[in-house]
Amino acid sequence: MSTVDLAAVSRWYGNVVAVNDVTMSLAPGVTGLLGPNGAGKTTVLHMMAGFLPPSQGTVTIDGEPTWHHPDVYRKIGLVVEREAVHGFLTGYEFVLASARLHKLAAPKTAARRAIELVEMTEAADRRIETYSKGMRQRVRVAAALVHEPPVLLLDEPFNGMDPRQRLHMMDLLHAMGSAGNTVLFSSHILEEVEQISGTVQVIVSGRLAASGDFRTIRRLMTHRPHVFAIRSTDDRRLAVALLGEESVAGIDVAAGEIEVRASDYGAFTRALPRIAIREGVRVSQLRPSDESLESVFAYLVAS
Amino acid sequence: MNMTIAGLTLRSMLGRKRVWLLLPLPVLLIGLTLLGHLHDTVDTDWIRPIEQGLGFGVVVPVMALIIGASVIGSEIDDGTIVHILTKPLPRREILIAKLVIAAAVTAITTGATMFVAGVIASDLRFGIGLAVGAAIASCCYCALFVALSLVSRRPVLVGLVYILLWEGLLTHVLTSGGVISIEAYAVTIANRIGGGSVLDASVSVRTAVIMAILFAVGGAWLGINRLKSFTLAGETS
Repeated sequence: MSTVDLAAVSRWYGNVVAVNDVTMSLAPGVTGLLGPNGAGKTTVLHMMAGFLPPSQGTVTIDGEPTWHHPDVYRKIGLVVEREAVHGFLTGYEFVLASARLHKLAAPKTAARRAIELVEMTEAADRRIETYSKGMRQRVRVAAALVHEPPVLLLDEPFNGMDPRQRLHMMDLLHAMGSAGNTVLFSSHILEEVEQISGTVQVIVSGRLAASGDFRTIRRLMTHRPHVFAIRSTDDRRLAVALLGEESVAGIDVAAGEIEVRASDYGAFTRALPRIAIREGVRVSQLRPSDESLESVFAYLVAS
Repeated sequence: MNMTIAGLTLRSMLGRKRVWLLLPLPVLLIGLTLLGHLHDTVDTDWIRPIEQGLGFGVVVPVMALIIGASVIGSEIDDGTIVHILTKPLPRREILIAKLVIAAAVTAITTGATMFVAGVIASDLRFGIGLAVGAAIASCCYCALFVALSLVSRRPVLVGLVYILLWEGLLTHVLTSGGVISIEAYAVTIANRIGGGSVLDASVSVRTAVIMAILFAVGGAWLGINRLKSFTLAGETS
């Protein structure tokens, strides 16, 4: 059982701040690191894995800093996003090499066990260059698990996986978390994070935007006001009628369209056609203005 | 020395096309030596430009560069270095294993080439002298270029500039430039062991030995140091 601690960690490159004053503590179990692309997830993961020093703050595992500390790798298993493996090795040879480099007492047994865990036993004696993307991913996970590390870090592990592979990987991570390991995986898809993890850390533009149980995060994200841009044959008349609705939180009248902030997405979308018909107004365009993941995250940062 | 890393490095190197493309160089050297020998068995004027100029000046350093830059450089490029670094191994152990493989492969191939060329050009002793010179140069160059691949993003380019511009041109122009030239150390040592003064040695044997050790140890130390602080950046999007 190990904990990973980030204390007021920042990382910058010249003028660009990649990670901004992030404090988090990872306990045993599965944690999802959620955020849009470029948010700083990989930077955080690399700092945890000892591949990047923080510009400020400390990154420690059980109190030991990860930077300049190769011994810490006894406790870490890292699966990077990049698909790099020595293609000329067979799956078994690759995992066995990992076991040997970890100076395990029984490397062959450990390698076979790790390969079984990721269900790659059948293909283990084929060269990795003949593997599909999902198979390579699994073999990399096996190599990262071979020394049974208490901390497992995975960067976007579900990228490019088909539903069956994803399900299997989720089961694996879930099992590892339940067994008392500290598992952290990053993703930009909330649904992925929802399905396995208990805790979610949301990172946006380098900052920790939200942290907690995934249900809380989901509520925060769906119960935010939604913004719609509407064009119609009589904007002002429509606006006045809409303001009477409980699900509408505010309206901005601009040239040629109105911007409606709805506090209840479902109720508003049901009310709009009813009101339009009642007022005799034809809606020619209805556009959600903020459905991007970025704006969702931006909302979380602002709140 | 870590045998697992050495084994992986060797297998990876031998599977790399770029390394096999070096084959023409030794063949060229031996071919030209043969031509010179067949053309003129009395006049030995041709030995210097071929064995020293081409051999020590081009074949040995270029082979060391390609081989040396590939043992770590290619793993950094394709990302597989992560698998080696996420292990509880002192960085010294990792670098030394790779350096030994690079130096050994270079020393064996260039040493054998220069030995054959030397025997054809003159006699057995000359061949041995050239081989030893090549082996020592291989160790120094590999230490230098392995360190370079951790310091620069374009180690092959910088290495070529070093070989062609510095060792190829400037050290011949500057009077004491030979003091900082691996080629000069190799030539001196080859001359000393090979007997006679067929090659144009510009530094003393003592300087050559000391400097060669300095380059080899210094290069290894720099490489280990850089490897300890190896960083992976964040996502690029």
